[in-house]
Amino acid sequence: MDKVTRRSFVTTVGAASVVPAVALLSPAAQAAVPANAPTASQPAKSTYLFFNAEEVLFIEAACERLIPADEAGPGAIGAGVCNFLDRQLGGAWGAGERLYRSGPWAAGTPSQGYQLPFTPAELFHTALRAIHRDFEARGSAFHDLPGEAQDAYLKSLESGAHDLDGVPSAVFFEALLKATVEGYFSDPVYGGNRDMAAWRMIGFPGAYADYFEAVDRHGVKFEREPLSLAEDAQHHIHVHPDIPANL
Amino acid sequence: MTQRLKEVDAVVIGMGMVGSIVAKELAAAGLHVVGLERGQARFTVPEFQSPAIHDELRFSVRKALMQDSARETLTFRNQGSQTALPIRRLESFLPGTGLGGSMVHWNGQTYRFQASDFQMATHVRERYGRNFLDPSLAVQDWGVTYDDLEPHYDRFEYLLGTSGKAGNIRGRIQAGGDPHEAPRARDYPTPPQKELFQGALFRKAASNLGYHPFPQPSSNLSRPYTNPEGIKLNACVFCGFCERYACEHYAKSTPQTIILPVLLANPRFELRTGCQVQRINLDSVRKQATGVTYVDAAGREFEQPAALVITSAFALNNVRLLLLSGIGAPYDPETGQGVVGRNYSYQTTSSVAAFFDQDTVINPFMASGASGTVINDFAADNFDHGSLGFIGGAYVGAVNSHGRPIEYQPVPPGTAAWGKSWKQAVVKHYNHTVRLSIHGSSVSRRQNYLDLDPTYRDAWGQPLLRMTFDFPENDLKMSAHITAKAVEIGKAMGAREVAGYARKGPYTVTQYQSTHNTGGAVMGDNPHTSVVNRYLQSWDVPNVFVIGASAFPQNASWNPTGTLGSLTYWTIDALKDKYLKNPGRLVSA
Repeated sequence: MDKVTRRSFVTTVGAASVVPAVALLSPAAQAAVPANAPTASQPAKSTYLFFNAEEVLFIEAACERLIPADEAGPGAIGAGVCNFLDRQLGGAWGAGERLYRSGPWAAGTPSQGYQLPFTPAELFHTALRAIHRDFEARGSAFHDLPGEAQDAYLKSLESGAHDLDGVPSAVFFEALLKATVEGYFSDPVYGGNRDMAAWRMIGFPGAYADYFEAVDRHGVKFEREPLSLAEDAQHHIHVHPDIPANL
Repeated sequence: MTQRLKEVDAVVIGMGMVGSIVAKELAAAGLHVVGLERGQARFTVPEFQSPAIHDELRFSVRKALMQDSARETLTFRNQGSQTALPIRRLESFLPGTGLGGSMVHWNGQTYRFQASDFQMATHVRERYGRNFLDPSLAVQDWGVTYDDLEPHYDRFEYLLGTSGKAGNIRGRIQAGGDPHEAPRARDYPTPPQKELFQGALFRKAASNLGYHPFPQPSSNLSRPYTNPEGIKLNACVFCGFCERYACEHYAKSTPQTIILPVLLANPRFELRTGCQVQRINLDSVRKQATGVTYVDAAGREFEQPAALVITSAFALNNVRLLLLSGIGAPYDPETGQGVVGRNYSYQTTSSVAAFFDQDTVINPFMASGASGTVINDFAADNFDHGSLGFIGGAYVGAVNSHGRPIEYQPVPPGTAAWGKSWKQAVVKHYNHTVRLSIHGSSVSRRQNYLDLDPTYRDAWGQPLLRMTFDFPENDLKMSAHITAKAVEIGKAMGAREVAGYARKGPYTVTQYQSTHNTGGAVMGDNPHTSVVNRYLQSWDVPNVFVIGASAFPQNASWNPTGTLGSLTYWTIDALKDKYLKNPGRLVSA
């Protein structure tokens, strides 16, 4: 049998609830599933595709101040957050996925939310260029400052004191902080949260999904290695004996 | 060039929960029904499978299952004197798109409203006097009663298999249930879900304070269940990826797990996905709908003639479609004339964070979308409002549904937003915090309304819906009062520190609050103050029925899905028993 059709598949499986997804694929497709799929423990290389070299110096230094390394867990750089940012900004998110982009443009009230024409990619490039110019004029560089001075500069961005070529610095700072936290805690498949270290640090089990037996053992710490989206080697599919799979 | 298709008996706009149920009943009654869905077809297999479905970035943060605001959004302002601007990213509320609609990504909280909710204007006048209600409010009766709807609530709960504990069966109070609830004919189809640790802490504290905790009614099922359509659902495993996600376990009641398999097997039903309805077409005297015009996924325009048009889109989109079609007079807040868009209401939510010591281990990630323990002692009119200066209320409870860390980093007030101290606080509190939810009513107000935006358009060139909304003073007072009560419960739970976050104005669209957008095409017994009659039939165009939370004249203390489900079956009975036998107005104006 070259292919498991929906009908024969459902008939064969009957009431079983879980089968390997690979079994649903043709032999050729099965062969295409790599035996050694990348795992969360293989860190993404620090190759930047979106940020230029100058931008990387600022981004790495700034993100590490937002989430610094300490005894509890890695900082932003160690967790791969800057690589996460690079991929997100270079992809659909950076290009304005799900962002309504038609004018006319007006500042609006804070309750009306983001009203700038910039996509996230445009916002970061614009703001980072203005910050770079700002430091050039001072004859210094953000990444060379001591930690406290870096924090003071970031706070000045946060409070909205700078106009970064049309990007209010508070808007840029909020976007940077939000994306840094996303990269720190999202699944490692996106390049951040390397080795699931941020999940281990707080005790979040990740994509693991069955607490039926544990949920009423009140107050007992759940001790289990977290699970990444990349790590479910079985590719389980939950089939229903009566509802046909739409494959 | 518009292609005209062959006429059908009924066209259903929006194939979410309401559309799926209505289409199933009409097709079973012998009608040829076409269901138009703007989004894509999607099914438990293969679209909703783990582990890919447990992706917080993709589904919670990037909102993969939601309406794409790049193509279709709303404009918003707090007051009519301001210029509305587009909500460029939907955040505060999240309508879904695609087959199954918003019910695919819902939590599963399946409440009933109380008897007084359906006669709110009358009830407030009778209990508190003619002058109690703030005259800027637009509170009104529904035109149906709880007794009208009780059999339909029952039918809907048994369709879903809702897990809960009755508190009042035919007037007899049941231990362990909600003693405030209106009488129900029988218990829930399945027993309550397992109690979470947070729920147990809340239950003990609330009981000690003299309140009446009960398990939140949940349509993430406590055990396997076969519904009256013959479809089997599984028990929920508390995966913690429920709202904003789809369920891979067949354990959450959604159109895919409760009704669509039956509907899609009926040859009298035809599903068309990727179809964006532009308008309902009317005859030359604008008294009858002749069908709908839609654009398919490839951009081709079609006219689908139909004898009966059911609009069952998300509440906001129902209202927009009426405005785009010219059905009913648009509401004017200056004159109070017109009806379409009036009584837009929302949900007044707030929260409390209770921070415990390190020896209290919460495991917040073990949860279903609706597992929780709540009280109704401060909901609706279950407490005396006489000296309080507001009407309405909220349920309060421990209903935390996840511990997903991008969204959930509880830290005490005063903690820095970033840096070393923020990180230390997240590590310290993540597994030792309980969130309490205050889920409050929303009264309608004369200045809160929906209309068409004069400037901004969607990807098809049609005007966006414009929302003018701010929290009525009534609701901010309600939120402050009940949030303070929830803080007291948090302290009684034994927390070291308790922080209350009562709702404050102005309403802002940047922070998620609730997807319980109600009103705008409200039901009632007076065509001057309602868009549809008590059977959700348009007063102006009687072969159009508008089914959605758009029909609520104001929103009550609870999640709206149970009430919307009961209104759906109520309307189906009217369609089958009355309208189809004698098409025309079911209520004389």
